Amino acid sequence: MDKLLDVQHLSKEYNLGSLIARTRITAVDQVTFYIKPAEIFTLAGESGCGKTTTAKVVLGFEEAGSGIVLFNNNPRTRKEKVWITEGVQAIFQDPFSTFNPLRTVDSYFFETVRNYKLARRREEVIAIIDHTLKAVGLSYPEFAGKYPNEFSGGQLQRISIARALVTNPKLIIADEPVSMVDASLRMSIVNLFKQLRDELGVSILYITHDLATAYYVSDRIAIMFRGNIVEMGPVEEVLMSPKHSYTKLLRESIPEADPHKRWTSTISLTELESEEYLRSGCKFAGRCPGAQDICKEVVPEDVYIDNILVKCHKYIENCGYSNN
Amino acid sequence: MKTLKDLFKDYRFSFSFSVLVIILIMAFLSIFSPHDPTLWNVVPRDLKPSAKYLLGTDSNGQDIFWQATFAVRNSLIISLIAALVSRVIAILVGMIAGYTGGNTDRVLMFIGDSLLVIPLFLIMVMLAMMVRQFMNLVVLGLLLSIFGWAWDARVIRSVILSLRERDFTKTAVLSGTGTVKLVLTEYMPFAMPLIFSTLINNISWAIGLEMTLAILGLVNLNIPTLGTMLNWALFYQSILLGRWWWILTPVVLALFLFIALYWLSISISEYLDPRTRIQRVGA
Amino acid sequence: MIEKEQTILRTEQLKAFYVLDVHGTQKVAKAVNEIDLEIYENEIYGIAGESGCGKTTLLKALYNAIEPPLRLMGGHVYYFIDNVGLDVTTLDAEEKRKLRLEYISYVPQGSMSVLNPVLKLKETYRDFVSSHVRGKTRQEAFELARQHIGELGLPHNVLDAYPHQLSGGMRQRVTIALATLLKPRIIIADEPTTALDVVVQRGVIQMLKDIQKKFKNTIILVTHDMGVHANIVDRIGIMYAGKIVEEAPTEQIFDQPLHPYTQFLINSLPKFGDKTTRTSVPGSPPSLVDLPAGCPFHPRCPHAKDICTQQMPGFYYRGEDHKVACWLFGEDNHG
Repeated sequence: MDKLLDVQHLSKEYNLGSLIARTRITAVDQVTFYIKPAEIFTLAGESGCGKTTTAKVVLGFEEAGSGIVLFNNNPRTRKEKVWITEGVQAIFQDPFSTFNPLRTVDSYFFETVRNYKLARRREEVIAIIDHTLKAVGLSYPEFAGKYPNEFSGGQLQRISIARALVTNPKLIIADEPVSMVDASLRMSIVNLFKQLRDELGVSILYITHDLATAYYVSDRIAIMFRGNIVEMGPVEEVLMSPKHSYTKLLRESIPEADPHKRWTSTISLTELESEEYLRSGCKFAGRCPGAQDICKEVVPEDVYIDNILVKCHKYIENCGYSNN
Repeated sequence: MKTLKDLFKDYRFSFSFSVLVIILIMAFLSIFSPHDPTLWNVVPRDLKPSAKYLLGTDSNGQDIFWQATFAVRNSLIISLIAALVSRVIAILVGMIAGYTGGNTDRVLMFIGDSLLVIPLFLIMVMLAMMVRQFMNLVVLGLLLSIFGWAWDARVIRSVILSLRERDFTKTAVLSGTGTVKLVLTEYMPFAMPLIFSTLINNISWAIGLEMTLAILGLVNLNIPTLGTMLNWALFYQSILLGRWWWILTPVVLALFLFIALYWLSISISEYLDPRTRIQRVGA
Repeated sequence: MIEKEQTILRTEQLKAFYVLDVHGTQKVAKAVNEIDLEIYENEIYGIAGESGCGKTTLLKALYNAIEPPLRLMGGHVYYFIDNVGLDVTTLDAEEKRKLRLEYISYVPQGSMSVLNPVLKLKETYRDFVSSHVRGKTRQEAFELARQHIGELGLPHNVLDAYPHQLSGGMRQRVTIALATLLKPRIIIADEPTTALDVVVQRGVIQMLKDIQKKFKNTIILVTHDMGVHANIVDRIGIMYAGKIVEEAPTEQIFDQPLHPYTQFLINSLPKFGDKTTRTSVPGSPPSLVDLPAGCPFHPRCPHAKDICTQQMPGFYYRGEDHKVACWLFGEDNHG
């Protein structure tokens, strides 16, 4: 099978100084996944689950603690940044901090074209820029010479996507691209991702905590919790028939835009997040309604059930978890 | 230019600008001085200000007005050399240390911190005594510049450190921009107000330090500067003897210069501050 | 059929504009443009709309916190205390202060950042109680706080922590608990769940629901997230470019949206189990400084007629509690 991006056993640890004097927190723990060409893959989870750290390592902004990252079957290391950014680009959460407020937005485009030697003469450069802008529904005349604060959030985010498209990347890493955009405008950005996949064959690593847009746009999804991937597979199965208790919790917690489907049960959030990271055994054991003794002591293995990966004792035979 | 017009709305800038223009004119006038400033007894001594001798004459037999033009010129030259050279060092060190980090950062900051901690004055006195024979404007300027960069390098470094974490740094990297160009195009606009205000502050500081050294007699007293004028005036007991025109000339000039430079630096740096600039941009 | 409760807050033709001076020219942003609201006791009222439509300004006006560059250009805001209406726009600073937090309380956007970072939470709570309630010793004040926190389902050890030790979601809940400590009759919440994780968001929404059920007060909730509205709000007012363009009970807004803008809003939301293509509202929201003539939505409206470019529609009523401001519903039947 053709793997565009192949992440194997990626781990990264951080030292925390202020909260609990000098502990090592494993932000990313043996994370393994792959992305195919022309596919939208979602890495979903709440803040602090390690998804952004994973993205930073793939992009080369951070060094991996251990594990390998392969792009087009070539291992990437931090030093080969120029090479990686031709095939991989990124867009970030806050469109207003993506661009330097003291520079015009088009200056980034000109720079990208010149740095990657995509064109020489000014007319050619502008033609390329206009072409990518059209792909996101904008045009050069309405964009030239303007500063970031002259655009709305939604427009600026689309410009950010256009900038990423200039180098014809094969993979775009989108880190929470719609969380700062109004709910009613998210569709236009997310539909754009679908278009990029279908028309240009671009793959997207979509990082988000918004499962509703993840369901709508992605092909496959991985749910992360405190550094581990706890469930992974085709989005229809994972989100419509979740197996892991955390996925179930996430799925149920999404406020559906339908007043006939209000929440009936309540949840309790009584543990401070910092305590969960330091658990031995399964990190979700503190909140899991099905937690048993084995869950608090032993980290569950990854197990495959019909193509879906789940990290839970419930699905492992002979591990000490009683299913009756 | 629009920027100048905006700046003139600030009374501080207008005042400083006028004072500095006057001082620069004075410095320029030194070319036309009828007397050689290093000679003695070219005019009658200790005369009060009159139509012929605008600021009177001093006990060395020099016309104070023309002396002052040279003094102002030389003080400015020394301090400009000191400020510009130390600016360049501060920017280089600050940016390299801030962006590269790691051991380079530690070594550079160690050197800088040492220069900050060592009692500046004693070292200056020692060095001044050692190079006294070769002392001229340029040497003095360079000497002062060695001690002027450490603080600002640290400040510039901290600006770079915070900017490095912002998203637009990543955007620039993903656009293929190399490190040097990145630091210059992305970060410099943020560092500009800092660099500008420290430049002007540095000029003030250099003038002050030069005057201090001069009063202590640690520079070449034959070269007229604001400091050496002061030294000679004190040496000849001009306060005691009531020769106010001599002692007041360097003092008043220096006073106006310091105030003007200070107000210039704050009005410009307020104008260039990225926060107020962002509000003006695209409005 | 909800039994009509007493009115607790009313606005009449409320107009609040931002008057800005940009390089010598004056620009006026019509953030709240002739808004009539009637809010009842014991209900949760939601205000929905895109960024820049004026929702936060409306909240400031409702909370009577109108300060330059925001100016009250006309209209009234009435609070009904013991069934007697009081025009709060005429009050002086001291009277305003008395009303706040005991009668009406405001949870601002990003309120996780309003806690004093150098004080433990119990100190913040103690300060708060002692400045608003006379005659309580420090111990009593602390007990009050602890009880309240427990009632709302927060862990007890939260009071001993510093703000930076808690996550964003926890801080948000703590701030809401603080705002409700004195059991105000009206709570105004501005985007209380934005920037929070989905599970924590649920906790915050649940908390608001519990507070309303327990104290039977009124909550005015502003958010652009229709999912939140669907889950907890009784009635929704859809706001666009400084005006309320539709108002109805929640089910009707979702099942039968009448205004084209509302229809776009509802249809742009992704639903689980449904992967068909959805579209968001076309175009961009208008600048409040440079509003189009007539109905502010007409440049983006697929059904725009001539009259839409000339005159702002009044309200058309369908049934007792569903009103919409749109020329599609008859050109003469407008109040």
